[in-house]
Amino acid sequence: MVERSLTADADELRTRARSLRIRILKMIHAAPAGHPGHPGGSLSCADIIAALYWGVLRVRPEQPDWPCRDRFVLSKGHAAPALYAALAERGFFPEEMLGTLRRPGCRLQGHPDMSKTPGVDMSTGSLGQGISAAVGMALGGKMDGKTYRVYTLLSDGELNEGQVWEAAMTAYKYKLDNLTAIIDANGLQNDGPISEVMPMGDLLAKWRSFGWGAVELDGHDVAALAAAFARPPAEPGQPRVFVARTTKGKGVSFMEGQLAWHAGAINDEQLAQALAELGCPSGGDGGAVS
Amino acid sequence: MTRPQVLADVYGKQLAALAAEDPRIVAVDADVSKRMGTHGGIGTQFPHRHINVGIAEQNMIGVAAGLATTGKIPFTGTYAVFLTGRAWDQVRQALAYTRLNVKLVGLHSGISVGEDGATHQATEDIALMRALPGVTVLSPCDPEETKQAVTLARDTDGPVYMRLFRPPARPIVPEGYRLALGKAPVLREGSDVTLAACGRMVALALDAAEELAGRGVQARVLNMVSIKPIDREAVVAAARETGGIVSIEDHTVVGGLGSAVAEVLAEAGVGKLRRIGVQDCFAESGDCDSLYEMYGLSTGHIVRTALQLIGRT
Repeated sequence: MVERSLTADADELRTRARSLRIRILKMIHAAPAGHPGHPGGSLSCADIIAALYWGVLRVRPEQPDWPCRDRFVLSKGHAAPALYAALAERGFFPEEMLGTLRRPGCRLQGHPDMSKTPGVDMSTGSLGQGISAAVGMALGGKMDGKTYRVYTLLSDGELNEGQVWEAAMTAYKYKLDNLTAIIDANGLQNDGPISEVMPMGDLLAKWRSFGWGAVELDGHDVAALAAAFARPPAEPGQPRVFVARTTKGKGVSFMEGQLAWHAGAINDEQLAQALAELGCPSGGDGGAVS
Repeated sequence: MTRPQVLADVYGKQLAALAAEDPRIVAVDADVSKRMGTHGGIGTQFPHRHINVGIAEQNMIGVAAGLATTGKIPFTGTYAVFLTGRAWDQVRQALAYTRLNVKLVGLHSGISVGEDGATHQATEDIALMRALPGVTVLSPCDPEETKQAVTLARDTDGPVYMRLFRPPARPIVPEGYRLALGKAPVLREGSDVTLAACGRMVALALDAAEELAGRGVQARVLNMVSIKPIDREAVVAAARETGGIVSIEDHTVVGGLGSAVAEVLAEAGVGKLRRIGVQDCFAESGDCDSLYEMYGLSTGHIVRTALQLIGRT
């Protein structure tokens, strides 16, 4: 395992993260108003996704199934808008498609679907399952002597699922140092604060006790995230996890830290204010950055 | 081979044979690899292609799915009750929805597992797997058919569920037999009544047919090994050409083979049907033969049901 050279500098990473947030907001605004998706958890991981797709992931938008590509599994599948925004901006599919999110007959499903959307490495949405698939991908890479890396992004609420810890044990047993898990630790889950719904205690200690290398990070310092993801694991043979401390709804003042924005519609006025805060004039083009 | 064999052993041996010729094949187990026949088979011959995730069926399915995305053909399994029940959402989300090329092998299906009791008796697995789009469901009846089912699963793209049972299985299929998807081979010709059975119940159906013949009733015996896709033609033909169909399964009559046959008959608007199987209840601990008597799955039950269906006593 060697250090990956970063493919973007700090300025570009910050610009990309901002661009992802703008796309996320426009996409959810344009989606069917009844159930348009999950803004809060998509915005909280925008910097993480930007660090991955512009900092470290070796992928080929023109050849999405390139066998040697790095894999990314969005285990917290409800943050699909963040993933779709990155895939469109990287050129996996036309930007216009972002305006079709959740619409009948379209390819951008409410949760990621590997059969329908180019660049999606695993279908996810049922929490706790993506990390198991990521373990399988990392195992396959080891079996074949390939050097690709596998990254998977989970939410802190998702860690309630027992399957996550089953997968963690398997990664440790098989010494999957080609596997990196990232926790988007925004501190909120569907019913309320994590500390109330299901207290997770010391996350770093939990992961370490499962044999993983665990590091805590500021989940909104996109340059630091990219640098951390690019580094090889601290110990050969050890899977690693980054606990990224984030704010739900990050980047939009009235959404930040607000449980109400876990899922829900964004109206015209809210979109205009949110875009203004992100320094983007509002526009109804379904997701392209103005 | 004329002596009864344990189907899990047949599976393990055939998987090892296929693994030797096909590097894509890997096995993913959940602490039951010695029962699955994978510990001494592929696990011994190709240890790096044998993954054991411990007692963690849900993760086992996800790991198999991830391996399949890298071009492997994972064969994964454990006791049918946990494989299809405990990990059902994982099979649905990570395998069926994705159409990933993973093969599921369920051991100890039905109440024939016996003494372990209802917690370990998979009596809903056919219903659970049959409900999932794109999942092929096979229930082989004997060692040769099981061997061929392993190869057919390898050669069938997408998820395949193979249902095996615990008691040793006697040879049934004829020399030169070729298992095919969506085909229900006729194991015995007859025009008075049809016995449509799967898995272990095929042997009992043949015994019942013999007994019926002694009473002057000629029973057709259909081997319903391919539960999904089902052989509509064979079922409809049996309904038209014989006095009625008795479906026979070591599984609940709700959602399993009997339901699948009923769907075909109702849509075709033909035939009479009686369903032999576990009658919407949980069974209990006991030896297989006693349980088959208690829960209406014995040869005697099959004979009586067939006679009643065609109005003979």
